[in-house]
Amino acid sequence: MMRTYAGHSTAEKSNALYRGNLAKGQTGLSIAFDLPTQTGYDADHELARGEVGKVGVPIAHKGDMKALLDGIPLDKMNTSMTINATAAWLLALYIVTAEEQGVTPAQLQGTTQNDIIKEYLSRGTYAFPPGPSMRLIADMVAYTVEEVPKWNPINICSYHLQEAGATPVQEIAYAMSTAIAVLDEVRARVPQELMGRVFSRISFFVNAGVRFIEEHAKLRAMGKLWDELGRERYGVEDPKQRRFRYGVQVNSLGLTEAQPENNVQRIVLEALAVTLGRDARARALQLPAWNEALGLPRPWDQQWSLRLQQVLAFETDLLEYPDIFEGSIVMDGLVGELLEGARAEMAIVAEHGGAVEAVPYMKAALVESHRERIRRIESGELKVIGQNVYTETEPSPLTADNDGGIMTVDPEVEQHQKEAVAAWRAGRDQGAVDAALAEVARVAASDENIMPATLAAARAGATTGEWAQALRDAFGQYRGPTGVGEAAGAGVGDDAALEQIRDEVERVSEGLGRRLKILVGKPGLDGHSNGAEQIAVAARDAGMEVVYEGIRLTPAQIAASALQEGVHVVGLSILSGSHRELIPSVLEALSAAGIGDVPVVVGGIIPPADERELLAAGVAAVYTPKDFDITRIMHAIVALVADRNGVSASA
Amino acid sequence: MNGGELGARLRDGDLSAAPAVLNLVESRAPRDQAAIAELLASIAPAALGGEAPAHVVGITGPPGAGKSTLLSALLHGWRERGRTVAVLAVDPSSKRSGGALLGDRARIEFDPADHGVFIRSMAAGERLGGLAPATRAAAHALAAAFDVVVIETVGVGQSETEIADVADTVAVVVQPGSGDALQFIKSGIMEIPDVLIVTKADLGQVAVRARRDLHAALRSLGARETAVVAVSSLPPAQGIDRLLDALDAHRAATDVPARRLSARRLHALADFVEEHGARGLRALGGRRAAEKWLAAQAPGLDVPSLEQALAERAAAAGGGAPPA
Repeated sequence: MMRTYAGHSTAEKSNALYRGNLAKGQTGLSIAFDLPTQTGYDADHELARGEVGKVGVPIAHKGDMKALLDGIPLDKMNTSMTINATAAWLLALYIVTAEEQGVTPAQLQGTTQNDIIKEYLSRGTYAFPPGPSMRLIADMVAYTVEEVPKWNPINICSYHLQEAGATPVQEIAYAMSTAIAVLDEVRARVPQELMGRVFSRISFFVNAGVRFIEEHAKLRAMGKLWDELGRERYGVEDPKQRRFRYGVQVNSLGLTEAQPENNVQRIVLEALAVTLGRDARARALQLPAWNEALGLPRPWDQQWSLRLQQVLAFETDLLEYPDIFEGSIVMDGLVGELLEGARAEMAIVAEHGGAVEAVPYMKAALVESHRERIRRIESGELKVIGQNVYTETEPSPLTADNDGGIMTVDPEVEQHQKEAVAAWRAGRDQGAVDAALAEVARVAASDENIMPATLAAARAGATTGEWAQALRDAFGQYRGPTGVGEAAGAGVGDDAALEQIRDEVERVSEGLGRRLKILVGKPGLDGHSNGAEQIAVAARDAGMEVVYEGIRLTPAQIAASALQEGVHVVGLSILSGSHRELIPSVLEALSAAGIGDVPVVVGGIIPPADERELLAAGVAAVYTPKDFDITRIMHAIVALVADRNGVSASA
Repeated sequence: MNGGELGARLRDGDLSAAPAVLNLVESRAPRDQAAIAELLASIAPAALGGEAPAHVVGITGPPGAGKSTLLSALLHGWRERGRTVAVLAVDPSSKRSGGALLGDRARIEFDPADHGVFIRSMAAGERLGGLAPATRAAAHALAAAFDVVVIETVGVGQSETEIADVADTVAVVVQPGSGDALQFIKSGIMEIPDVLIVTKADLGQVAVRARRDLHAALRSLGARETAVVAVSSLPPAQGIDRLLDALDAHRAATDVPARRLSARRLHALADFVEEHGARGLRALGGRRAAEKWLAAQAPGLDVPSLEQALAERAAAAGGGAPPA
């Protein structure tokens, strides 16, 4: 099956995009929701500012879902929804929309991502605490196995673990541990004879990096482990039900902003990792666009990715042979090594009490792995063509004329969606909505399955924000572990570069009178915290006091913290493309708090034109993926603070 | 920066002075030391006409015991009772780099528009297992303006003692099933706290058993006054009101002026020893003589003034130069 992950702006525009892609030969839908929808807020919530329609489509109610899928036959469609914390709600909207098309739940095919563990570990779009979140997932699995039997209620994502820095062993172990946590929870609520069917509905979403031989071995190892788990832990007899089914989005972490055309060959090689051997071949493949590190891809960029797949599938002989690694000693050896490592790591997670309890442990382990990866790139040990080696380049015609070659979202979209949500609320039977939400709240506090009440609320016309708020009230707010406190510091073999930066921090701190203090945080709803975490850990290792505020902050929160903490510099990270709205708001909030003189540095996927605007608005420095050398960023920050406070950083 | 002015703002209850006060007391720059002394003298009991009215609460416990979640719930409770709250969240520093990750703030829920709440993260600095050097000074200063000052530290068995010398009430947080606190209390590693908080009461039987065990241990040590309160910070939060009452009750039953006075004298002597060493102490005629002399000084003096007086006395006795 071939799909591209898509959705943006409004339900209507995304609908047109989907129809266009289906006409070009795409055979399924992959829906990207915007961050407010993913985290359970309507467009008019304070936290939604700047995020509406940015990384996906805003879906606030059944009317939006109907517009999104207008004219697309849901009985024939295989739909993948990248939705986690609010998966139960979006599935309910999908079921209700299908009903209105005359399609029964039993006919629906597709996948809800629904893997909350990796949200705590990597992606950050959780809404509720781990316990209640796992309960929602188990409710969905128990519901779909009976009522929507062709649906994959959960798609366990090792993908995001690799993006967060996971080694192949960590990727395997944490994904399998997550599956165990879910299956154990479901086992408590369905009869044993259904476990085979439950097991067979669990699918995976994996990553493939450019080391494509090892990556292929990783997938073979996962298949083996999965089969073993089904047989031994859950007593699944039927081998077909134990088959390891997975989809793939190949690696984005390794895609570079420098010489972005090289990403095309990286993507092709990564695609080979998941297609080479038939015994471990992906069932669905998504390829990122070549310019993803620059910003939101345009339709033409996505078409290129689809064509890459089509060349592999239809021009090459890739799909013509049985498993080409059968009997390979080298491949078997690689698989064996990975299995051994993964089993050991799974045992550690089990000792922590399972994946839910082990979230802080796994998070810290990932932050450390990612830190190590960055260290290897900085030192040149890990070669990245065009970034830390062979950096000389001719001018690129691909990015020459159009300022980075990316698509931007019209800021009008947010206003439009805010008004549309208000109009929707005004036009519905409020009494019915209130009653339905009260029922959701009641069920949330009980141990009944959440799905029937959720479906009723969807039919009554409740909104995403209302449904999620009912659950937030019942379950409580939650902030995930950051992993940075637990992550080990720089090793004993501290190199000269580290000593040098520490000396600088020491000197500037002497001049300031107290230790250089930095606030690191992420405004808005974007939960991709890897960058912010790496900056926080590096700043601590450099000797700074680091107030790490984590994700999902409003400009007012950032300003209040900066003031109360007395920081010398503020570092913000944004990857969702909402920097144009949020960064100026933070600057205003800092000025309003009387600390407009505290310098602000920004990191993220920020196109050159926006960079210029941010600098003009008063941002002291902007860092993008091409600034991969964190040590250099640290030097710049120390120099900035020294300069602003009239002290000297040099000896 | 003018320390006297900042002190005056605190005395007037101007909570917006807090960030500047912290920036000042954290400074180790020689140029700021006079201002710090001025600030502390201006909010000393002698200047206030009595002890600062705030309730200084120490909250400590091992990592993962649920301190931050509990603190969020407590903040909310105090605000509902109309009290302003300052939190000093102390985190350890790295020995090698001197750097520190101050992560607690991220886990404490608060409304940025609420000016009655102030949260400051502080690195513990070089002091082993104890309080940041500036934490004590900050607590004294903030107590002049806020209704409640909370000092939050990590650890079991190390930091309670130091916290006890600053706080009117020391609460230790334990999570059911860990058993650590129980062991530490029995073995005498940990001082007996004023209030013991058992978190995660939603765990049911385990929490009930933990509470019972702690009660029994405290009784066997003769510490019948120590309140043991079970709380659950997850909604629906339980026990928070009871905990607030227990903290209030402890303070009401405590001779706060006496406790703070003895703490100030203790700190002055500790600071003196840190500065002048054993030789300085000998010049004062030994620890017991120094303590006796301190006990005869005016009760309203702040710590730096007392330390200064000790230094002058030692210098007069020829045992070390007075500080510049």
